[in-house]
Amino acid sequence: MATSSVLAAPSPTGARAFLKRLRSGDEVARLITLAFATSILLVTVGLLYELWIGSALARQRFGFGFLTSSAWDPVSERFGALPFIYGTVVTSAVALIIAVPLGLGAAIFLAELAPPRVSSTFTFFIELLAAVPSVIYGLLAIFTLVPLMRTVVEPFLSRTLGFLPIFKGAFYGVGYLTGGVILAIMTLPFIISISREALLEVPTEQREAALALGATRWESTWQVVVPYARLGIFGSIFLALARALGETMAVTMVIGNDPSIRASLFAPGYTIAAIIANEFTEATGEIYLDALVGLGLVLFLLTIVINAVARLLIIATTRRGSTNP
Amino acid sequence: MTLRNRWRKTLSYMMLSLTGVCAVLAVAVLFLILGYLFYNGWRSLDWDFLTKLPKPPGERGGGMANAIVGSLQIIFLATLIGLPVGFMAGVYLSEFGGKTFAFLIRYMADLLNGVPSIVIGIFAWTVVVVPLHHFSALAGGLALSLILIPVTARSTEQFLNSVPQTLREGALALGASKWRTIATVVVPAAYRGIATGMILGVARIAGETAPLLFTSLNNQFWSTGFDQPTASLPVMVFTHAIAPYDDWHRQAWAAGLVLLLGVLVANIAARLILSRGISVQR
Repeated sequence: MATSSVLAAPSPTGARAFLKRLRSGDEVARLITLAFATSILLVTVGLLYELWIGSALARQRFGFGFLTSSAWDPVSERFGALPFIYGTVVTSAVALIIAVPLGLGAAIFLAELAPPRVSSTFTFFIELLAAVPSVIYGLLAIFTLVPLMRTVVEPFLSRTLGFLPIFKGAFYGVGYLTGGVILAIMTLPFIISISREALLEVPTEQREAALALGATRWESTWQVVVPYARLGIFGSIFLALARALGETMAVTMVIGNDPSIRASLFAPGYTIAAIIANEFTEATGEIYLDALVGLGLVLFLLTIVINAVARLLIIATTRRGSTNP
Repeated sequence: MTLRNRWRKTLSYMMLSLTGVCAVLAVAVLFLILGYLFYNGWRSLDWDFLTKLPKPPGERGGGMANAIVGSLQIIFLATLIGLPVGFMAGVYLSEFGGKTFAFLIRYMADLLNGVPSIVIGIFAWTVVVVPLHHFSALAGGLALSLILIPVTARSTEQFLNSVPQTLREGALALGASKWRTIATVVVPAAYRGIATGMILGVARIAGETAPLLFTSLNNQFWSTGFDQPTASLPVMVFTHAIAPYDDWHRQAWAAGLVLLLGVLVANIAARLILSRGISVQR
C-alpha cells in the first residue's frame, strides 16, 4: 500500500537497522498491521467526507437555516431539520430521565451491596440485555408497550400530572413518550455495566474511612463512593445518550412518524434516525436525498461530540490510559 | 440525637433496598422480553417458516427461508472483511503501536464504534450502491463490517494486552523475531479472549437492521448472488411488524425469535469459551 511514503521516512535507528528489521520480517509485519490500523482512520474520515459531499446541495440551498426550519415538504422541496432534532432530543431526554436513576441504583446495588455471586449473575443478564437487537425491542414495543401506553400510562399521567403542558392532549400510544421509554430500556444496560465498573474502581479505603467516621452504609455510598466515581458515571450517561440519539429501529417503530413539533409527550413525532430509515429509499430528487444525508451529517456530528466527551470521561476515571475504558 | 440516628439508619436501609429494586427491575425486563418473545414466537414458528419463501401480502402461510440464508450471506461477507481487518488493527495497537498514532487510532475506533448504524448505512450506500447502481448483499456486508472492525480491533487489543510481558521476553530471548513471537506465542496465549470478542462482535452485527435498509434492501425471493438485493431476518422483522396483516405479525414474531435465539446463543457461547465472566466493551 503506502509503503513508499513510509519507507521514505527513516526510522530513528537509521536505514541499516531498518533493512535488518525488514529482512527479519518485523518491519513487514509492522507495516502490514499499520496499514490495517490506518484503515480505521480512513473509514472514519471517509464517513465524514461522504456525508459532507452528499449533503452539498442541501447545505448550499438552505445553509444554517436547515437546522432552524421546521418545514418538511418534499413536494415543494423545502426541508428543515428542526422537528427531527427536536424529536431526537426529546426522546433521548425522556430516556435519560428514566434510565439514569434506575441504572445508577442498579449499579450501586451490584457494586456495593450484592454478594459477588449475585452481582456477576445479574451483570451477565444485564449484558445479555445489551445484546438484544434493537429491532426486537421495536417488535415488542409495537405489540406491548404501545397499547399499554395508550390505555394505561398516558391516561394515568394525564389524570395526575395533566396540568403540565407535556402531559396534555389525546392518547395515541405512539409518540415521544413511548420512544423515550423504549430508549430507556435499551440504554439501561450501558449505564449499569459502565457505572458498576466505575464504582468497583473506588478503593476500599474510601468506604472504610467513611464508615469509620460513623457514616451509615448509604451515606458512605452516596456521599463518598458515588462522588469518587462520578467521572465514570457521567461517562456512562454520555455513552447512553449517544446510543439514544443514534438509535434507529426501535424508535422508528413507535415514534409515530409525524414531522411536527408538539409540546405534548403523548403526541406522535419523528427523530433524525427514523426519517432517514423511512424515507431514504423513497427519496426522489437530488435535493430531497441531500437533505436526508444532511440529517445524517447532523446526527453524526451530534453523536461524535457526545461520544468523544464520554470516552474522555471514562479514560479520565480509569487513569490507566485508554487501553481499558 | 437518637431520633436523628434512627432516621439515618432507616434512610440507609430504605435507599439500599431501593437500589436492589432497581437491579431486579432491570433484570426483570430481560425475562419479560424473553418470555413474551418465546411465547409469541414459539406459537408462530413452524416448518414452513424455515423452508418456504414469503407469500405476497395478505396471503396466509409462507416462510422466510430466503431471509435466513440472506442473513447468513451478509454476515459471512461482513466477517470476511471485518474480522481480519479488526484483528490486524488490534495487533498493531497492542504490539507495534507507539504513543500518539496508536492513541489516535484507538480513539477513532471508539468514535467509529459510536457512529449510529444508520449513518454507516448511508456511507455504504454512497460508496457501494451508488457506483454499482444496485442494492446488494455486498453493500450490506460492507456496512456491517464497518461496525465489526472497531469492535474486533478493540477487543483483540485488550486481550493481547493482558498477555504477560514475560512471555514475550522469553520468546525474544530465545532468538525469535518480533513477528514470530507475536504469531506463535502472544496470539495463541490470548486466542480464547480474541475468539470471544469476535463472536460477540458477529452476534452484534447479526441483529443490526438500520444499515441494511438501504444497502441490501429486501427480496421476496432467493437472492441469486452477492450483487443482488438480499432479504435478511432483521429487515424482515421490521417490515413485517409494521405491516397491517395479522399473518405477517405472526411471522415477525417467529423471525424475531429465530434472530434472538441466534444472538443469545452466540453470546452465551462466547462467554463460556472465556469461562470467566468478562464485560462487553462497546
